[in-house]
Amino acid sequence: MISPTTAGLILAGILFTLGLISMLIRRNIIFMLVSVEIMLNAAGLAFIVAASKWGQPEGQVMFMFILAMAAAEVSVGLALILQLYHQLKTLDSDEASRMRG
Amino acid sequence: MEWMYLVPALPFLGALLLILFSGKTGKAGVIAIGCGSIGIAALITIIAGWQFLQSDIPAYDQHLWEWLRVGDFSIGMNLRLDALSLAFTFVITFVGCLIHIYSTGYMADDPDFARFFACMNLFVGSMLMLVLADNLLLMYLGWEGVGLCSYLLIGFWYKDPENGAAARKAFIVTRVGDTAMAIALFLLVQHTGSLQLSVVLERVQTLWNTGDPTVVWIAFLLLGGAVGKSAQLPLQTWLPDAMAGPTPVSALIHAATMVTAGVYLIARTNIIFSLAPAAQAAVAITGAVTLLLAGCSAWVQTDIKRVLAYSTISQIGYMFLALGVGAWSAAVFHFVTHAFFKALLFLGAGAVIHALHHEQDMFKMGGLRKSLPGVFLVFLIGSLSLAAIPFISSGWYSKDQIIWLAGVTERGSSWYAWAAVLGAFITAAYTTRMMLLVFFGREQTHVHHKPGPEMMIPLYILAICSTLAGFLELPHTLGHFAWLSEFLAPVLPAPAVLHADVAAEWGLQAITAGLAALAIYLSWRLINAPFPKEAGAFLRSGWGFDAAYDVLFVQPFVRVARLNRKDIVDKIYTGLAAITRTFHRMMSSTQSGILRWYVLGVVMGAVLILSVIIWRHSL
Repeated sequence: MISPTTAGLILAGILFTLGLISMLIRRNIIFMLVSVEIMLNAAGLAFIVAASKWGQPEGQVMFMFILAMAAAEVSVGLALILQLYHQLKTLDSDEASRMRG
Repeated sequence: MEWMYLVPALPFLGALLLILFSGKTGKAGVIAIGCGSIGIAALITIIAGWQFLQSDIPAYDQHLWEWLRVGDFSIGMNLRLDALSLAFTFVITFVGCLIHIYSTGYMADDPDFARFFACMNLFVGSMLMLVLADNLLLMYLGWEGVGLCSYLLIGFWYKDPENGAAARKAFIVTRVGDTAMAIALFLLVQHTGSLQLSVVLERVQTLWNTGDPTVVWIAFLLLGGAVGKSAQLPLQTWLPDAMAGPTPVSALIHAATMVTAGVYLIARTNIIFSLAPAAQAAVAITGAVTLLLAGCSAWVQTDIKRVLAYSTISQIGYMFLALGVGAWSAAVFHFVTHAFFKALLFLGAGAVIHALHHEQDMFKMGGLRKSLPGVFLVFLIGSLSLAAIPFISSGWYSKDQIIWLAGVTERGSSWYAWAAVLGAFITAAYTTRMMLLVFFGREQTHVHHKPGPEMMIPLYILAICSTLAGFLELPHTLGHFAWLSEFLAPVLPAPAVLHADVAAEWGLQAITAGLAALAIYLSWRLINAPFPKEAGAFLRSGWGFDAAYDVLFVQPFVRVARLNRKDIVDKIYTGLAAITRTFHRMMSSTQSGILRWYVLGVVMGAVLILSVIIWRHSL
């Protein structure tokens, strides 16, 4: 029988890994943004689990921060994606490689 | 006399002003600063000289400030005016001033008018420093300053690469001599513990006996320095090429003043040479051989300035011969007369070259006595002196004294005297040839414009001087008047004459005069006679010294330099650069522009850091 803490952390780990893998294999830049969101939420889940394990409020406070940061990140990210689409007429992130060394 | 420090200071100040405000003063300003500084220096010299003659002191010392101090060893900025330095200072400032005035006409159309006068002022200042210095280091400062200015002025028209090469040659060849002189100075400091000339020369006498190896070495090294600066065998090759500079430069540096620095050095250190008979004999032999070799080369030149260049080498050979036989004051006497008549000849040649629009080939001149009568007159006076025509020319009085003393002094020899007589014959021959080619015969190039008064007046003054300067000393046969020798006596001991015989002197004078007359006659008759071609080319190139040095020194050096073309020391630095460049290439190839690769990089980094932390934690 695994404890709820362990189960929560395993879930957070699986979510994070999924987000990371989809980030690495997806070329569509909107999906990459979604993957980042998944990873952020996985990290948030890990904070909540840890907070409930030790009975401390800081974990939930951190999750609030992550939510606020994610909202800001999504708005900036979407604006960038719009501009990118405007310039390149595509959402493929590999096309935006003009600054290669 | 307390204003003496102004004599070298004013030319230096003039050079400084001309360099700082070049292009802002206008032409009149340049002339005022350039000529004014030398002119005032000449006036002060004349006043100081007058006071010096009135007083009975053997030397006037002026301490300006302390230059260096290391422990007890102190070197001061000290000037010393004695008979020898007064004679040199007078000639340098007086002839220098005339040449400056002449240059205002000769260089009038040159765009670098201010630079020319700045260099000339700097040169005169350095030369004055050299002759007025009381210690050997200060003298060396002037010595090197003269070398620098010589480089600057020979390469004055630097846009022609040949002039630059001539300037470098003069600098490098004299550097060989300068190194020898520096070593001599080190030896003197090591043994006498002082750099002050008066102290050094006093201690030398107590320290060594005649012929001691150390003193002979020092004398030989000093001779090396003198030979380099005075363009004597074997370092004479730079002077004919130095004619690349403007003609007033040739007059100032390569005739009247700089090349006599070697004569000054040996005359100044005459005590050392007296203690080293071998070195003194070397001085005499150098002089005798040089005067003959250079005379023959002068005989076949086609460029009027090169004739005068070789004749300068030859005349300085006479001075060295005089120094070598211990006739110190005769050398200084010849220096004075030579400064006047050689400056006159160079400036006269400059007037001819200027009038013919920078034509220097004598075979394209001719018949100029009608179109340039003034220049002809002064050139004739200068030539009479150079050829040592008896009684009426200053050159005869000084040269005759050397010829006579070369044979009869203790360290002289009849060989030296005969070499000098033969030299006089050659001198008369090439002088006549030059006069005939330039001023007689058919006119070949038309005169463009006649020299103005600013060029002619210095020529007239020099012509008067080069006639009258001879009467400073009269030979035994003409009443034996020896004002200059007596004046120089406190510094330069009288020659040790073994067997003075007035009848023999008459005979020698008659032979010299007869040979000179014969030379003039033969030159007159044989002016158009063909000359063996190979021999002519060999003599014209100065006895092949340039070619020999090229094979012996220049080419091996170039070969060694080529071996090490990619400098071994440079390898360290180029290696560093190569490593940096490789890393740069590696790093910049990771900048692929593909976002997912960057993400992967971040992930790998995070994994790496986390694993390191976990690993360390588990230990």
